[in-house]
Amino acid sequence: MPYAAGVDVGSTQTKAVVVDDAGAIAGRALIDTGANVVRAAEKAFSLALDDAGLEEYEVGFVIGTGYGRYKVEFGDAQMTEIVCHARGAAVMFPGTQTVLDMGGQDTKAIRIRPGGDVIDFCMNDKCAAGTGRFLQSAAAALDLELADLGPTALRGQRPVSISTTCTVFAESEVLSWLARGKRIEDILLGVHRSIGSRSFGLLRRVGIENEVTFTGGVTRNEAMVEVMNDLLGTELNVSEESHYMGALGAALFALERVPHRDGSREPAPTHAAATEPAS
Amino acid sequence: MSHTAGIDIGSTYTKAAILDEAGELVGSGMRPTGFKLEEAAQEMFDRALEAAGLPRDRIDYVATTGFGRHLVSFRDVQVTDLTAQAWGTRAFFPETRTVLDVGGQTMKAMRLDADGKVRSFRLNDKCAAGTGAFLEKTARYLGYRIEEIGPLVESSKEVVPISGVCAVFAESEVINHVTQGAAPGDIMHGAMASLIEKSVRLMKRVQMEPEFTLVGGIMRFPTMVKVMREHLSEGVNVPPGELVQLTGAIGAGVLARRRLEKLQAA
Repeated sequence: MPYAAGVDVGSTQTKAVVVDDAGAIAGRALIDTGANVVRAAEKAFSLALDDAGLEEYEVGFVIGTGYGRYKVEFGDAQMTEIVCHARGAAVMFPGTQTVLDMGGQDTKAIRIRPGGDVIDFCMNDKCAAGTGRFLQSAAAALDLELADLGPTALRGQRPVSISTTCTVFAESEVLSWLARGKRIEDILLGVHRSIGSRSFGLLRRVGIENEVTFTGGVTRNEAMVEVMNDLLGTELNVSEESHYMGALGAALFALERVPHRDGSREPAPTHAAATEPAS
Repeated sequence: MSHTAGIDIGSTYTKAAILDEAGELVGSGMRPTGFKLEEAAQEMFDRALEAAGLPRDRIDYVATTGFGRHLVSFRDVQVTDLTAQAWGTRAFFPETRTVLDVGGQTMKAMRLDADGKVRSFRLNDKCAAGTGAFLEKTARYLGYRIEEIGPLVESSKEVVPISGVCAVFAESEVINHVTQGAAPGDIMHGAMASLIEKSVRLMKRVQMEPEFTLVGGIMRFPTMVKVMREHLSEGVNVPPGELVQLTGAIGAGVLARRRLEKLQAA
């Protein structure tokens, strides 16, 4: 039985997913990327193999994705995280037409066709404003764990208005609100709304078509999900696997390229060919 | 003899200056602003009074400036940063036509006419990469404190290019350079070079012309001034010592005097 894997090396966390020949997740792993990117990719892959109870030789093809995809030295190919998130989202939620991916250092809005072909995308590429880093800065300023941000923000009732765009200045703004006696939950709700409205702006630039699927590490933050639901006026698709969507997409692309038993390999499918019926 | 005071509540530092009737600086104080703006202003006012050896009731007029200027209840008037800097820099260098002010969280460039009126200005307070905060962040990524930035840059032999697009994204860039064995001083030098490039660009946008006067806390770094001089080639003034950070407060003090004279004449 052939298996395939995707390794998504993000700026903050590295995710690995192993899928079986039906495309179902057999194993997965998530670790902090840290300074040694090559090592992070190896470790995440090996943990995902452990999780699946597999040996490395049982995995026929590995695709690297994410900003560190060229550091996946054992990978057989690389693909951009854009197409991988699109594919993962389309498989997990077949009605997906728009994808919002919020990661540690970037936020992307992607419009896709059913099946996962990318029509258009846009992202914050210049600075960290409106990304997961903004949440990290706020957490650091308030001396909170990242995991506590969402639950705390959900208790907010009167969100403060965060005026700064820059992540660095937001940290001082958070502290100045605190010094002015605002409640932490109201400050945090304000921070989430600020990030949410920037993401909403990105989504509007590619055009919002339902269903909208939310992917990336920030999907774990319930307050961010709620703020986006409010802004979109609809429920985002989110699942336990949302954080692994890029790695899952990469694994599904890899599955199409697993060599046959006789050693021959399918011709590398183009992205479009991957979703069209074989002629 | 009557005195006036100028207090500059900046995003990073709060500065106070006491001026005598002739406009001479007779006392000053400076400390990190923190988050209690009025408290910082009061404390630096008191410290400047103490340095001048004057009681509070000898100060006839108090002008505030800087981002916290509206939040000081004991002020008589508030003036904008630009006006205060225009008057403050011209008190030292009357031929100033272009002022560059680089602070902890802002960068401002302005062009003055021969009478000291502000003709054009540009400012950045939106992106940390174009302010002193960029140097602070770079130092932190390297594991150094703010006070160590000066000596670190002085130790540099060459410049490691730092893109300076985003103070947050700079972290991975800095880490990459460190992993590849670059000297921390050279990386810090690169960060400063990127800030200088942004400074010159901002000055060009106000159609800069000499004489240039450079002010703000970041100008306390000798390398910053040295490289700025290389870029601008002629007519570059820098107030000595801590005066480089006090020009806003001094300018506010000068404007307080003018306001007072107007009131007395009326």
